Amino acid sequence: MNIVCAGISHWNAAVNIREKFAVGAHELEETLALVRRIDGLAGAVIVSTCNRVEYYTASVCPLRVVNALRGFLHERTGIGDAPLYTHDSPASVRHLFRVASGLDSMVLGETEVLGQLKRAYEAASGFGATTRHLNKLFQGAFRAAKQVRSETSITRGATSVGAVAVNLAGKIFGDLGGRTAMILGAGETSELTARSLVSRGVRTVIVANRTFDRAAKLAEEIGGLAVHFDRWQSAFDNVDILICSTAAPHPIITREKIEPLLAGRNGRPLFIIDLAVPRDAEPSINELENVYLYDMDSLEQIVRRSLDVRLAEVVRCEKLIDAHVGEFVSWMRRHTLREP
Amino acid sequence: MEKHLLIGATFCLLVSFGYTMFALGAGHFRMGIVNMVALLGGFFLLTMDLWIRGMAQTSCPINSLFDVLVFMCWSILLICLLIGPVHRISLLGAFTSPLVFLVLLAAQSGLAGAPAESRFLRDPRVELHAALSLIAYGAFALAAVAGVMYWLQDRQLKSRQAGALLYNLPPITEIASANARLLVLGFSLLTAGFAAGFFSGMQVNSMKFLASAAIWAAYGAILALRRARRLPPRRTAIASVLAFSFALAALPAIQYLSSPK
Repeated sequence: MNIVCAGISHWNAAVNIREKFAVGAHELEETLALVRRIDGLAGAVIVSTCNRVEYYTASVCPLRVVNALRGFLHERTGIGDAPLYTHDSPASVRHLFRVASGLDSMVLGETEVLGQLKRAYEAASGFGATTRHLNKLFQGAFRAAKQVRSETSITRGATSVGAVAVNLAGKIFGDLGGRTAMILGAGETSELTARSLVSRGVRTVIVANRTFDRAAKLAEEIGGLAVHFDRWQSAFDNVDILICSTAAPHPIITREKIEPLLAGRNGRPLFIIDLAVPRDAEPSINELENVYLYDMDSLEQIVRRSLDVRLAEVVRCEKLIDAHVGEFVSWMRRHTLREP
Repeated sequence: MEKHLLIGATFCLLVSFGYTMFALGAGHFRMGIVNMVALLGGFFLLTMDLWIRGMAQTSCPINSLFDVLVFMCWSILLICLLIGPVHRISLLGAFTSPLVFLVLLAAQSGLAGAPAESRFLRDPRVELHAALSLIAYGAFALAAVAGVMYWLQDRQLKSRQAGALLYNLPPITEIASANARLLVLGFSLLTAGFAAGFFSGMQVNSMKFLASAAIWAAYGAILALRRARRLPPRRTAIASVLAFSFALAALPAIQYLSSPK
């Protein structure tokens, strides 16, 4: 028995190609049924995400299945020269284990793909399209991914400015439920950061912008409150997280303005995320007790460091994956020999 | 027998300490099952040791500096095991094991003398006074540990470096909350211990009284200032470390002045 993988991913195909290969939930059952008609193919799992579309099949004659899959995909998508990659075992097994562990993802170490693989496997299993070998393969992939995540730092840190800000907020406040954020200057990055914070439980978002209409629009979109820009200080008492991204040519959050406002906060920490260039907050504010100021440079530096940490972990991850691949391949050999 | 139990407890703490150092070096600074089992093992062995020596001395086994240090280690572990999970800061245990290991090592190094061998029969209120005071020391020790954790996390956040410690230490507000609650717990226990001593009518050496009063007043002042919002969390954390250092330094003198002569 052999495991064959055929597919495209963000590495070799642009989104306009990937979208043609995508298999939606509504067409999954039918597509699986069509694939299973391929001569010599025992079972199949289709993984279709925004970054990859892959067919994992169990087969006794891999070459024939690969050619048939190429023909099937050509017919289905109408693309004859698609940059399709194909692997048979053990390369196909290693590929799946790397995908499950986030090593093949656009953002190294991301964990969303594991959930997508689980859903793809469960769907195929639900439609009766999996075999004993595919069951064992996917269970092995989930085990490998779990070990890689728990024993290495491949998922450590955040890989975008918004995610770093949310992580840091968590390290300051713990649970973000019930916290209040204020946006000074409704820019795109500040909006994205505010949305990330809201998705993590931030209760109230106050938006202050020089153009009040823009503030009101954003506040409405994210379920917040709009205030006039020159009144932001009056709404400051309950604010835990301040996101600034105005186009002001000089700092608008100065030590002189912040210090008196801190007195009324009863020792609650204040997290300032300064996304503006030139900076909106005076750097010396970070010296104030209970105030944590992060500007664009420091956030991007953390992103780079996180990616460096993840890159440095790849070798360890590959070693763990090697062991799981070896285990699966041995199992497959043993069980192929026993089969009539 | 007791010697072996103590060596076993010290070994458990060494395992926890070593695991912490290893995990810190590897960047996976988590409590983990190894640490929890080591702390529980250490606690169990210390409990056995105290039980056997308590039965032999027919009193709470705190009749020499050696006894006091061992009892304090037991108190620290007891509060750590009770408080850590409640505050969702299991890392408290990882930070506590080095402290308990070093105190246990100091107790067994000969510097703290030997375990008391005589039989002592004392007023139960005096026993209660001593035991509560030492359990309060355990709470103060953990408050100091939480203070160190706060200081480290504050430095991580202020430096904007986002090192491995930042991701593995609990949120700074949770550490501050644990620090404050441990101070309140320690102060309440110490006050109850002093009250038990007062009502027992025991004779107190003036030096011991002054040292004990100074410790009580130091912690009282920290809590009063904190309540009046005059002491922010960072300064509370630093103050709890300084106050415990003072209390620990004064412990041999207090023990000497109050040991049965």
